[in-house]
Amino acid sequence: MTSLPLLSLIVFVPWAGAALLAILRKAPPTTVRVVALLFSLSTLVLGLMALGDFDPARITPQFVERQAWIAALNVHYHLGLDGLSLVLVLLTGIVTPAALLASWRDERDPRLFGALFLTLQGAALGVFLALDFFHWFLFWELSLVPAFFLIKLWGGPGASRAAYQFVIYTIGGSAFMLLAFAALYVATGTLDFIQLAQAAADGTLGQKLATLGGWWPKAVFLGVLLGLAVKVPLWPFHTWLPSAYAEAPTGGSMFLTGVMSKMGVYGFLRLLWPLFPPQLHAASPCLLWLALGGVVLGAYAAMRQTDLKRMIAYSSINHLSYCLLALFAVANATGRPGLTSEATAAALSGTILQMFNHGLSAAALFFCVGIIESRSGGRRGLNDFGGVRTAAPIFAGLCGIAMFSSIGLPGLNGFVGEFLIFRGVFGLVPWAAAVACLGLLATALFLLTFWQRVFHGPVRGLAANLKDLSVLEIVTLAPLVALMFVFGIWPQFLAGLINPLVTTWAGHLSLP
Amino acid sequence: MSLSVQLLWLIPALPLLAAGIGALTPRRGRGLAAGAAIGAMGIAFLLSCGALTTALAHPAAHAAHNFAWFDLGLGALRLGWLLDPLTAFMCVMVTFVGLLIFIFSVGYMHEDANFTRFFCFLSLFAAAMLGLLVANSLLLLFICWELVGLASYLLIGFWFHKPAAAAAAKKAFITTRIGDLGLLLGMLWLYDSTGSLLFYDGGAGVLEPNALGSLVAQTTVGGLAVSTAIGLLIFCGAIGKSGQFPLHVWLPDAMEGPTPVSALIHAATMVAAGVFLIARVYPLMAVDQLLAAPPLHALTVVATIGAITALMGALIGVAQSDIKRILAFSTVSQLGYMMLALGVGSWVAAIFHLLTHAFFKALLFLGAGSVIHAAHHEQDIRQLGGLRGPMRTTFATFAIGTMALTGVPFLFSGFWSKEGILHAAHEWDVSHLPFYAGLAAVVLTAFYMTRLVAETFYGSARSDSASHAHENPSVMTLPLVILAVCAIALGFLGTPVWPWLQARLLGQEEVHGHSLLEGGGLMILSIFLVALGLGVGWAIYGRKLRVSAAAPDPLETALPPVFATLRAKFGFDELYAATVGRLNNAIAVVADLLDRYVWDGAIRFLAVLGEFVGVVSRETDGDALNGGFNATSESLRDGGKAYSRAQTGEAHGYLRVIAIGFVLLVLAVMLGGGR
Repeated sequence: MTSLPLLSLIVFVPWAGAALLAILRKAPPTTVRVVALLFSLSTLVLGLMALGDFDPARITPQFVERQAWIAALNVHYHLGLDGLSLVLVLLTGIVTPAALLASWRDERDPRLFGALFLTLQGAALGVFLALDFFHWFLFWELSLVPAFFLIKLWGGPGASRAAYQFVIYTIGGSAFMLLAFAALYVATGTLDFIQLAQAAADGTLGQKLATLGGWWPKAVFLGVLLGLAVKVPLWPFHTWLPSAYAEAPTGGSMFLTGVMSKMGVYGFLRLLWPLFPPQLHAASPCLLWLALGGVVLGAYAAMRQTDLKRMIAYSSINHLSYCLLALFAVANATGRPGLTSEATAAALSGTILQMFNHGLSAAALFFCVGIIESRSGGRRGLNDFGGVRTAAPIFAGLCGIAMFSSIGLPGLNGFVGEFLIFRGVFGLVPWAAAVACLGLLATALFLLTFWQRVFHGPVRGLAANLKDLSVLEIVTLAPLVALMFVFGIWPQFLAGLINPLVTTWAGHLSLP
Repeated sequence: MSLSVQLLWLIPALPLLAAGIGALTPRRGRGLAAGAAIGAMGIAFLLSCGALTTALAHPAAHAAHNFAWFDLGLGALRLGWLLDPLTAFMCVMVTFVGLLIFIFSVGYMHEDANFTRFFCFLSLFAAAMLGLLVANSLLLLFICWELVGLASYLLIGFWFHKPAAAAAAKKAFITTRIGDLGLLLGMLWLYDSTGSLLFYDGGAGVLEPNALGSLVAQTTVGGLAVSTAIGLLIFCGAIGKSGQFPLHVWLPDAMEGPTPVSALIHAATMVAAGVFLIARVYPLMAVDQLLAAPPLHALTVVATIGAITALMGALIGVAQSDIKRILAFSTVSQLGYMMLALGVGSWVAAIFHLLTHAFFKALLFLGAGSVIHAAHHEQDIRQLGGLRGPMRTTFATFAIGTMALTGVPFLFSGFWSKEGILHAAHEWDVSHLPFYAGLAAVVLTAFYMTRLVAETFYGSARSDSASHAHENPSVMTLPLVILAVCAIALGFLGTPVWPWLQARLLGQEEVHGHSLLEGGGLMILSIFLVALGLGVGWAIYGRKLRVSAAAPDPLETALPPVFATLRAKFGFDELYAATVGRLNNAIAVVADLLDRYVWDGAIRFLAVLGEFVGVVSRETDGDALNGGFNATSESLRDGGKAYSRAQTGEAHGYLRVIAIGFVLLVLAVMLGGGR
């Protein structure tokens, strides 16, 4: 084990980069971009270092840093990394540099852009690594500030409204979560995730919550649920998402969908599920329907979008709803007599793999739409183009791979996670898996329709002058596409990191 | 030479490698791409022959080699390779027919700008199909199955600048995916019930007695045995891929692809995959036959769908006038025969027909490709005519293919394989309807093929493109000749006198033949029916040859409504557009409206409500309470107003409601939390 405070470095190096950019007032834009890129790459480097020392067989957090912080509130500075966190740290390390590369040619204040981006990156990493609600929530909320400005200042014509709606809606949700944790603190006297989860597992958390009286245990659960549901988002709390993703600049959309949308699912896995098993179990019949709403209606709504970014945004709703569907299916089956751990382990593995894989493919797709947009003066309508494949074959090839990854084609990364989710959900709640199949069909339908309209047919509309990818763009997109193949053919790389953890979770399912 | 099961993966891996080379080769690297594809396929063919020798040494064994793909739970998700006579025969057929189609493509696609890409996709197609054949896991089979779907999408839409080709590619992918969802659910159910997806795993595989016994012992909805339900779901996948009723609608449209692709789809790959799948999981499909009185046998459904498809495809084929579409519907019909054979319990008859059909249908499609290439991409048989003279080799080989397809007796392979199916259907004790459907399709097949040959090759050229047609170079005719030889020779591997192929597929070391006189009555009947179809076809289309492209079809004159219905393919496309298509659109509209108005509306309402509460609270706040506070908030509000003019204003509504909600909740906590 290294003596470096590795996790703190992971979180704070991007912030140090942001601070450095703030100082570099006179630096030329290219220097600024290179600095931002290098600091954003630190996550990947440090994440791989952590990977080297990581022991997948140990299921407790590793590289733990725990210092007393605010004694009066019993708050500790507590960071730790398990398989779930590691996967998301690696994802952040891959997506952020790609997002910065995607914005390389943006001439508008690259210094501020880079600083905001690095701040955002650090905050997201903090969320994935913090183990105490106090600073977890700080990171959680802090991520909104740079995201807000990235959307508002670099976004499209409707960016102001979209940014406001995004931030207010999310804060609105988080307010309830904060409140719920305040109540939790009143009841238990701690905000430490590990301790709270422990208390939840042995039933003391439930008893202590009950001391608050009446409807409080339910209200606390609903508060946390609401905060996370808006963030993911769980259908129907998703209406902020299409406009936020659509109005954000390309790099912003990539990060929002690639990393920030994972924060919500992560919260479900790290907070809601371990802390409130009986409540989640009780709510699961209803939540299953909401997740199915996201899977099916999210995909169907995508069919009606004529703005390509909104379409991809809706496909994100669909893909993330699979994660929630699997988790709710697990919650639903918890405590069922004769439940074996196989289906549960598959569902949970699938959720985590899906988070990672969706991050790759959705970020790549947003980048592709961004390429179209940047070459056609901001136009990105479904009907503005035709025959792009003739005009730009390399672009079409790489974008096509990303699209098929999103469809869940075997051999590419998307399939493994979706298969495991379906495997798990079928074993736990068969009818839900059957309904969710409609989402698979609808996804294929709208993505192939997009492909047919924009890439196939005779060259028409704005496609006529479309240039093929530049070297920089290939450098941005090719690694993402290559990883789609790697994780599609060799899922063991990720599965090996999370399987012991997931198997333990699956083996210890019980209702106190 | 022999190939062990451990090395079986080489057979799909070589074409996959060629596909990778083709993908990375720039456009000018034509020789490299085509050479890699053909070379890989050639070696794969030799390896398949090696695998066949290995398999035939122990025909009853299901040699498997399994390995872990990734960790899952306490175990791992395992995949594997499987070598038995079924796999080996199929591999030899796919690589051999594929090789000839590849060689033909060098000539056919010579002028295409995307020549290298074409060979990349062809290799991918072959690799996926071969992977499907060697898979010892339903999951691996499914993976390759989907890749076959991808490759067909890419190839059907190869000329993607043509809107019709782009639409056909999408239609093929989506239609087959509908079936694939059934297959996916069946696979999930199987996995959940047995804990494995390996076919053979030393007693623990899903096709081995333990798992089958437990599957057939449980019942599910409607009293169906679980094995029946799973079997039917898996069959959904086969319906989609093999173009069975009611998901056959993509197959004719798939003719938009270049003709070698049509040959590959219709002969060696893709459509054969569905039949192969059912043959592969046959123990699972058939295990419910052991039950005394189940509500439904899985195979009964297979036989019914097969019979409907065989008859329907042949009927529609009668009234088409695009040379490739006629052949497409004949494929639909022949696949129906194979399903029928599977359903009535003779999977070896199905595979025998699959193998012979692969050769003569590849021959017919490449023959059609030869005609189309010579006639400057004219595909309408009314515009062709008189090609017998200028295209002698094509005509002769096409005629052999036609006779094999129609089942002209004794010499041609199609006769023997079709005979096997009709015999099996005749012996089926559930119903004789499939048998009659099969007999009717025999007449119709002979009829429409006679029409096709008469209109295309006889008479005089009816368009400029047809009159300028001349024979193609030998890179295209040589594959035709080889296929023609196979279309004859292959039949003798499975005659009733010496049913070698069937015996080996069943894992028998010895071949027990019987005299042709046993069951000779049925044979005479079917010979008579073939003669009837040929005779009537020739009487209508051969004796009085079409004189101009615009002249109506004799059948059209005689039976206008019937002809119109058949020509419109029974209106399935329109029916689906009016029902499934509309429903689909309706759901999409509803989903979109829900978002725009209901969910977003609720949020806007909350915002307005917040504003209202704000106004009310401002009006009701007393001066006494807020003396100094007002001044501060007034200035804040002014600032806010100025700011809000710059903004849309709505967001502040959200802010307010949230602030107010938060305050209320804090109060509630403070008041309630103390207790």
